[in-house]
Amino acid sequence: MTAGYNFAYLDEQTKRMIRRAILKGVAVPGYQVPFASREMPLPFGWGTGGIQVTASILGYHDVLKVIDQGADDTTNAVSIRRFFARVAGVATTTRTTEATIIQTRHRIPETPLRAGQIMVFQVPIPEPLRWLEPRESENRKSHAMADYGAMHVKLYEDIVRYGQIATSYDYPVRVAGRYLMAPSPIPKFDNPKLDRSPALMLFGAGREKRIYAIPPHTPVVSLDFEDHPFRLQRWTEACSQCGDTASFLDEILMDDQGNRRFVCSDTDHCAARQAAGQGGAP
Amino acid sequence: MIPCISVPFDPADPDDPEDAAGDGPLLEVSGLGFAYGSRMALADVDLTLWPGEVLAVAGESGSGKTTLLGCLSGELAPQAGRVGFLTREGKRVDMHSLGEAERRRLLRTDWGIVRQNPRDGLRLAVSAGANVGEPLMVLGHRHYGWLRGQAGDWLDRVEIPADRIDDPPATFSGGMQQRLQIARNLVTDPRIVLMDEPTGGLDVSVQARLLDLLRRLVSELDLAVVLVTHDLAVARLLADRLVVMKDGRIVETGLTDQVLDDPQHAYTQLLVSSVLQP
Repeated sequence: MTAGYNFAYLDEQTKRMIRRAILKGVAVPGYQVPFASREMPLPFGWGTGGIQVTASILGYHDVLKVIDQGADDTTNAVSIRRFFARVAGVATTTRTTEATIIQTRHRIPETPLRAGQIMVFQVPIPEPLRWLEPRESENRKSHAMADYGAMHVKLYEDIVRYGQIATSYDYPVRVAGRYLMAPSPIPKFDNPKLDRSPALMLFGAGREKRIYAIPPHTPVVSLDFEDHPFRLQRWTEACSQCGDTASFLDEILMDDQGNRRFVCSDTDHCAARQAAGQGGAP
Repeated sequence: MIPCISVPFDPADPDDPEDAAGDGPLLEVSGLGFAYGSRMALADVDLTLWPGEVLAVAGESGSGKTTLLGCLSGELAPQAGRVGFLTREGKRVDMHSLGEAERRRLLRTDWGIVRQNPRDGLRLAVSAGANVGEPLMVLGHRHYGWLRGQAGDWLDRVEIPADRIDDPPATFSGGMQQRLQIARNLVTDPRIVLMDEPTGGLDVSVQARLLDLLRRLVSELDLAVVLVTHDLAVARLLADRLVVMKDGRIVETGLTDQVLDDPQHAYTQLLVSSVLQP
C-alpha cells in the first residue's frame, strides 16, 4: 500500500470488528452499538469516530468527500481528506454528486443524496438522554424499554423559556418508530434529510465508543408537540455568493460597523450554483 | 424471636373470586424477606392494603421501613415472599415476577412514590410545570397546552401559586418542594401511593399544612396509601391502620387509635411513651 500503512490505516482485524458493529447498527436502526474504538492520529473531538467508520468501509474504488460545517476547505476537512488520500490512495472530491462516501462534521449536503452513497457522521455525544439523566445504566434501560417521555421535558422547557422549541441542532429524532437518536450536532434544518433518505447514514462516536446507523429509506421523525410542531428555521436573506434562498446560511460579520453577509454553509452547493451562472447581490 | 401480636391475617389467594370482581385488597404482601448481604432487613412481613385505605408504618430508624417501601414498589428485589397487586383489570400480579417493562408500566400508571427528600423525587433544574407534566409525557401525552393546563391545575390543588409554574423547584422552599413532589405523583391518577416520611425535615406549621393537604387529597381521590413515618402524631392524623416494625419484623398491627391508645407489644408501649408532650 501507500506510505507503509495497511490500506486505510487500520489493520484488518480492527476493520472487521468495526464492520460487525456497523452491520449490527444497520440491522437495529438507531441503536447505539458499543465498539472497541481505537486511538487515531488525531485528538478525540476531531472526528475519531467518523474516521474509523470511514476507514472500515473504504474500498479501492471509492471517492471520498469530507466536509466540516458544510465546507470542504476547512482544516479538519482538508486534513482527513488528505489522510485517506495518503493511507488508502483513494480518489477524493469536493463534489457531492461524485462522492460515494461523505464524511461530515455537523452538516448534510444540500444536494439530495442518491442510493449507493454513504454518509459518515462524526458524533461527540451519542446519548440523547444524557441531558436529563447522566447515568448510562438508566439510559440504556430507557432505550431497552422505549421509555422516552423524559426527552419531551427538554422540549417543554424550551417552550417555557423561549416560547418555542429553541433546540436548533442535535435535535432528537425517533428512528423507525423505535429508538431515540441524537443525529449528531447537525442543524435541525438537516433533520428532514434523514427521513427516508436513499443513502445509508452511519454515525461514529470515537470517544464514547458507539456506532449507530440509519439504513436507506428508514422513517426518521423529529420529536415535537401537537400544538408546537417541528419547524425549520428560515432566512430572510439570500446567499451573497449564489443568491440561494433555500439553503442553510452562515452569517459573516464584515466590519466593526456591524455589516454582515450571508453565505451558503455548503461550499460545494454554492460553487455549483455560481458555476451555473447564478449570482447573489454583491 | 419477637412475638407478633395482631389480628389474624387473611392469606393471599391468587384465585380469590373477590379479587376477580376487583374488590379484593389492593395489595397483599406475604412472607416478605430482604437482606443486605448477610444483614437481615426484613423478615416474614405480611400486609394487606385495601382500596382507599391509609396504612401507616411506624418504627425507629433502621427498623426496615424504607426497605419495605422499596420492596413494595419493586426497586429492591426481596429474597422471599410476594407482593400481590390488584390491577385495574381485576388481575392479581406479583410485582416481583412481572417483567421489568410491565412493572414499569404499572408503576407509571397505578403507583406514586413520594420520597422523604423531595430532591430525590424531582428534577430540580427544570420548571415546576415540567416536573408535574413529565409523568404525563411519559404516558404519551404530546399536547403542550393541555400538559400546561394539567400542571397549573395541580399546582393549584397543592397550593403552589400559579405564577411559580415556570420556576425551577431549586428556588422553592422545602415545604413547596414536597407539595410539588406530591402533585407530580398524583397527576397520573394513581391508585396507590407510597410515602416515605413526607413531613420529615419540615417545621411544624409547614408540616401541619402539608398534613391537611394530604388528608384532603387522600379522601378526594380515594387513594390507598402506605405511609412510612416515625412521627406517631402523623400516623394518628392520617392513617386508618398502623403497623409497628422493629428489627425488620412487624410486631403489632391494628386500627391506629387502638394501637396508639392501647399498645400491647413492649416496643409499641416504649414508642408511644417516648413521644414528647409540649
